[in-house]
Amino acid sequence: MKILVGYKRVVDYNVRIQVKPDGTGVVTDGVKLSANPFDDIALEEALRLREKGVAEEVVLVGIGPADLTAHLRNGLAMGANRAIHVVTADAVQPLTAARTLLKLVEKEQPGLVILGKQAIDDDANQTGQMLAALWDRPQATFAGKVEIAGGKATVTREVDAGLETIEAELPAVITTDLRLNEPRFIKLPDIMKAKSKPIDTIEFASLGVDTHDQLKTTHYAAPAKRSKGVMVKDAAELVAALKQKGLL
Amino acid sequence: MSKILVIAEHLDGKLNPSTARAVSAAVAVKPEAIDVLVLSDKVDAIAAEAAKIEGVSRVLTVARSENAHPLAAVLAPQIAKAAAGYSHVFAPSTTFGKDVAPRVAALLGVAQLSDVMSVEGSHTFKRPIYAGNAIITVEVDAAHAVVATIRTASWPAAASGAGNAAIEAINLDVTLPSHTRFVELKQGKSDRPDLQSAGKVVSGGRGVGSKENFEIIYKLADKIGAAVGASRAAVDAGYVPNELQVGQTGKIIAPELYMAIGISGAIQHLTGIKDAGTIVAINKDAEAPIFEIADIGLVGDLFKLIPELEQAIG
Repeated sequence: MKILVGYKRVVDYNVRIQVKPDGTGVVTDGVKLSANPFDDIALEEALRLREKGVAEEVVLVGIGPADLTAHLRNGLAMGANRAIHVVTADAVQPLTAARTLLKLVEKEQPGLVILGKQAIDDDANQTGQMLAALWDRPQATFAGKVEIAGGKATVTREVDAGLETIEAELPAVITTDLRLNEPRFIKLPDIMKAKSKPIDTIEFASLGVDTHDQLKTTHYAAPAKRSKGVMVKDAAELVAALKQKGLL
Repeated sequence: MSKILVIAEHLDGKLNPSTARAVSAAVAVKPEAIDVLVLSDKVDAIAAEAAKIEGVSRVLTVARSENAHPLAAVLAPQIAKAAAGYSHVFAPSTTFGKDVAPRVAALLGVAQLSDVMSVEGSHTFKRPIYAGNAIITVEVDAAHAVVATIRTASWPAAASGAGNAAIEAINLDVTLPSHTRFVELKQGKSDRPDLQSAGKVVSGGRGVGSKENFEIIYKLADKIGAAVGASRAAVDAGYVPNELQVGQTGKIIAPELYMAIGISGAIQHLTGIKDAGTIVAINKDAEAPIFEIADIGLVGDLFKLIPELEQAIG
């Protein structure tokens, strides 16, 4: 089986983002970029399935500008067999990303697609579900545990009410939650090896995907600031303050 | 004019309060009608609850054995079919809504809007990005249905009781897939208030130190009738189950009172509590970022302070 793994590049999760004063966007010049943390978890899970003999090949898929290659190399160094880079300078919304991934799914015929549950920049949490819908295959979102056997995936999902287990016939789309696994660190020799692994580049326009964006962002603003709080010196004072506010 | 279909979330025959919050957002669009869609194997009790919510015009029910559990692959084609004639389809931004709404949107060939925090117009909305560190205004193409999830922490639950909506069973001619099957749901059983709808929440973090020590958090919560939450660090360390996690990747809540105990306040955690009425922080590190957003801060050892708190509460 072949596993396709989505790999998005985002502003590193440790960066405290700044909104541009004119409301046209957030400052991304010169800030550190990294793979979306949930996508590293997706790749790790695919690699573990390969190590268990469930999959033979792990293919990394990235959609983004020409310099995305460097980040795809990181995924190759982690252990992916090869990468596909769909080249576009424009930001891609989830519906367009799902349509693009569907084209690659049709071409590659994977048994499983693993994506992160959400990207930490747009926080949309949509692409995996949309791909599953367009592909007309099962989806198992917010995966905390994945077992593959007998042509089906048994996935434990982290839902609000607790842990839900579902069975999905393959091929299927899985999206990863935080506790699925702990992604491995990249070792120096692997970085060297990754340099010789293949990256196919595909021009986005050549895929014939409808790129009409139905959502237009017209303004960016910083969130409302909370007013400055007070410090109290002991428990009694805290309780008094809460009682005064009618909260206790 | 707008007509809005709100997807009901329910569990064990009971309507989830997130549904009434999504109705509030629907009311803000000032539509001509708000219909609630109930998909279940047993719809009656859920539909009766939904019909009482103020602002709801009709409750539409689809009773099928396949709808016994909320599988997105099974529900989405039914919702997409039911969406015909509606200008908006809203679902709560819970794990249920996040799972099913994008699948509905893709079936309809439209984009989806996640976590709507305010309605600026029938096709203009605000939502947070970058873990709530930026708020964007988004215009949706008016040529298509607006499919959106509603950020429950940003909306009060629409009042229940005064509504008296008509309940109609509808027939959707949809073939459902059998490729996805429910196996089981393990619920963290708790007599405490539900984290997402509680008026008061007491949360513990890494500073609590162990699963055993977390008892002190439960005890304080019970004393003041609060739900219990946790930071990601506490969940990852195995102190508490996953469903108690508050933050960007866990639950986003807006209680009247939030007490963060032994929580440093990483960006991802703060995202989950920014809309709380009053935030109290108890931490031994006076430099912890949680104090930047806390309304009331207390520096000290939580193991000493919590018993003192309980005593002072009386």
